[in-house]
Amino acid sequence: MTAFLALSGAILRGFVRDRTAVFFAVVFPLMFLVLFGGLFSDQSVGKVDMIVVGDVSLVEDLPAGADDTFEATFEVTRSDDLDDAIAQVRKGDADVAVEQQGDTLVAHYTRTDPAKAGITAGALQALVDGTNVAVTGQPPTYSLEVESVEDDSLSAIQYYTPGLLGWAVAMSAAFGAAATLQGWRQSKLLRRLQLAPVSTRTVVGARVSVTVAVALTQMAIFIGVGALLFDLTLTGAWWMAVPLLVVGTLCFMSIGLLAGAITKTQEGAVNAANFLVLPMAFLSGSFFPLEGAPQWLQTFSNVLPLKHLNDGMLDVMVRGEPWTAALGPMLYLAVFAVVVTLVAARLFRWETT
Amino acid sequence: MAADRVVNAIEVTDLTMTYGDLRAVDGVGLSVAEGEFVGILGPNGAGKTTLLEMIEGLRKPDSGSASVLGLPVWPRNAALLPRIGVQLQASSFFERLTAREQIHTFAALYGVARAHADEWLERVGLAEKAGARVEDLSGGQAQRLSIACALVHDPEVVFLDEPTAALDPQARRNLWDLLSGINDAGRTVVLTTHYMDEAEALADRVAIMDHGQILVFDTPAALVQRLDAPTRITLADGEVITTREPTVEIARLAELGRLDGVQVQTGTLEDVFLDLTGREYRA
Repeated sequence: MTAFLALSGAILRGFVRDRTAVFFAVVFPLMFLVLFGGLFSDQSVGKVDMIVVGDVSLVEDLPAGADDTFEATFEVTRSDDLDDAIAQVRKGDADVAVEQQGDTLVAHYTRTDPAKAGITAGALQALVDGTNVAVTGQPPTYSLEVESVEDDSLSAIQYYTPGLLGWAVAMSAAFGAAATLQGWRQSKLLRRLQLAPVSTRTVVGARVSVTVAVALTQMAIFIGVGALLFDLTLTGAWWMAVPLLVVGTLCFMSIGLLAGAITKTQEGAVNAANFLVLPMAFLSGSFFPLEGAPQWLQTFSNVLPLKHLNDGMLDVMVRGEPWTAALGPMLYLAVFAVVVTLVAARLFRWETT
Repeated sequence: MAADRVVNAIEVTDLTMTYGDLRAVDGVGLSVAEGEFVGILGPNGAGKTTLLEMIEGLRKPDSGSASVLGLPVWPRNAALLPRIGVQLQASSFFERLTAREQIHTFAALYGVARAHADEWLERVGLAEKAGARVEDLSGGQAQRLSIACALVHDPEVVFLDEPTAALDPQARRNLWDLLSGINDAGRTVVLTTHYMDEAEALADRVAIMDHGQILVFDTPAALVQRLDAPTRITLADGEVITTREPTVEIARLAELGRLDGVQVQTGTLEDVFLDLTGREYRA
C-alpha cells in the first residue's frame, strides 16, 4: 500500500507539473466547450423586429392567449411614417412593417432571412385567423398543444458537454499511458522498477488510478463549467457517466499502451496516440453530430470506442435514458480494452533498442 | 579472507548472451566475495552492461547461471530484490520530481523511512539541492542522486553501471570520494567503467573485459606485476631510464644526488590491456 501510494503520488505530481499535459487534458478541451457552448447557445431565431405604422387595431386588441405568443415573437416599435418604416425594413434595421387598411392587415417584410420571413408570415396569419375566430364569439373546435422532445433538438451545451468530455478523457488517458510507457522505458525506470520489490500489479494500478482520478476531475470541471456558464442540465442517471468514464479511461489507456509499444520515442508515442484519437473524435460526434454524415461513415463510426463512449455519455447525462443505457457501451469499451491490451502486451519491449 | 566464506556474494558460471551474430557475453565466469569492491573494465561494447544486467536478473542468459547471495537471480526473485541495489546506465528517475521526492519515492518502494532517505541525500552531498527537480540537476548531481536511490535501503550487494560516464573529470573525481566509501560497511560493490584510472583507484579486484569475455580478474597491483613491464624513471633533465630493478636504480640515483624532480612510472592497467589484446586501450 505504501508503494502504491508513493508511486501514485509520484505519477500525479509528474502530471500536474507537466504544463503541456495539463493544458491538453483540461484547458484545451475546455476551450472547445466554451467556444461551442457560446457559439451555438442561441439556436432559436431571435425576435422579429416589427414596426407598427399608424393605428393597427388587430395588434392593439389581441385576443386572450394570443398576446403571450405575440410578445414572444415580435419586438414592437411604433411609427407614423410608412415610407420611413419600409425604408428601415429595406435596410435590414427592422424585419417587418405592418399597417392596417380597413379590415386588411398589410405586412411589408424582407426575405433576407428566410426563417424570420417564414415566422413573420406564419405568425401574422395565425394572428388574423385567431382574431377572426374570436370575433365570431364561438369557442374554437380544434386546439393545438406543443411538447418538445429531447433528442435531436438537444441544445448545444447539452450535446457538446458529454462529447467533448469523452474526447478530453480519451486524449489524456491515451497520451498519459503512451508517454509514461515511452518515458519510463527510455530512462530505464521500467527496468529500475523491475528490480525494486514492487509488483507489476502495483505499478500498473498506480498509473491507472492516477489516470482515472484525472478523468473524474475532468468530468467535474466540465459539468461545473457547463452548469455555471451555459445552463447545462443533467438528467436522471447522469451518475452512470462515472463508471462509464472509468471503463472508457481503461480503453483509451490501452490504445496509449499500443501507441507506446509500437513507437521508439516519447514524441513518437504521443503523436501516434494523437493520430489515433483525434480523427476518432471527429468520427465519433465529439465536435459535431453525425446525423448528416454519409451512411457508410456512420456505420464505420460504430466500430470506434469513442463513439460508444460518447453515445453512452449522451444517453445518461442529458437524454434522460435509464442507467442501463450505459451498460452496452461499457461492455463494448471493456472488450475493446482487453483486446488492445493483449495486442500491446505482445508488442511490448523492455527497451527501445 | 574471502576463501573462508561458504557462499560468495556473487557466483557466475559460464554466462552467455547472443544478439544475432554477436556474442555480447561469451562464457563468463566470476566469483565475488562478500565485502569486495569489483570493477569490470572494458571499452564500449565489451559486454559489461549485458553481463551486469544478467547478474542483476534483468536478462535471461542464453546459457549459464548467476546467483547473488546464494539465490538464483532468474526468474525475478522477490526475496533477493530488497537485498540488492542497482544504478542503471541511464538516470532512471520519475519525471518532474524534486531530488527529495525522488528518493522518498524509492524509499517507499523498499519500505524505508523518509528520515533515512534524507540522511542519504545528506551523505551524497545533495541536501542543498533537495528541492530542485531532477531535470535541473547537473550530471554529477544526478549520478549522486541515482546512487543514493540505489543505496537508500542499505542493500548488501550494489551494482553500479558506469556511474561516472558522461561526467567531466572534476565531477568524476568528486564522485570517486563517494564511491570509495560505499563498501565500508561490508557491502559488496560491482562497478562497470571504461576508465582505467577509475578501476585502479576504486576496485579491490578488476576484471578486464573485451569482446564479451573476461580476459583477467585480479587486484590491480597483481595485474600490473604479472605484466612484468619495466619501470620508467624520468629524470628532471628529461633523461629516461628503463629498468627492471627500480629500487637498485633509484638508490644509485640517490648516491649521485639526482633524485630531485624524478618521476617513477610503473606499468598501468593500460599496459595490461595492451599486453592482453595486442592493441591500445580506447575507452
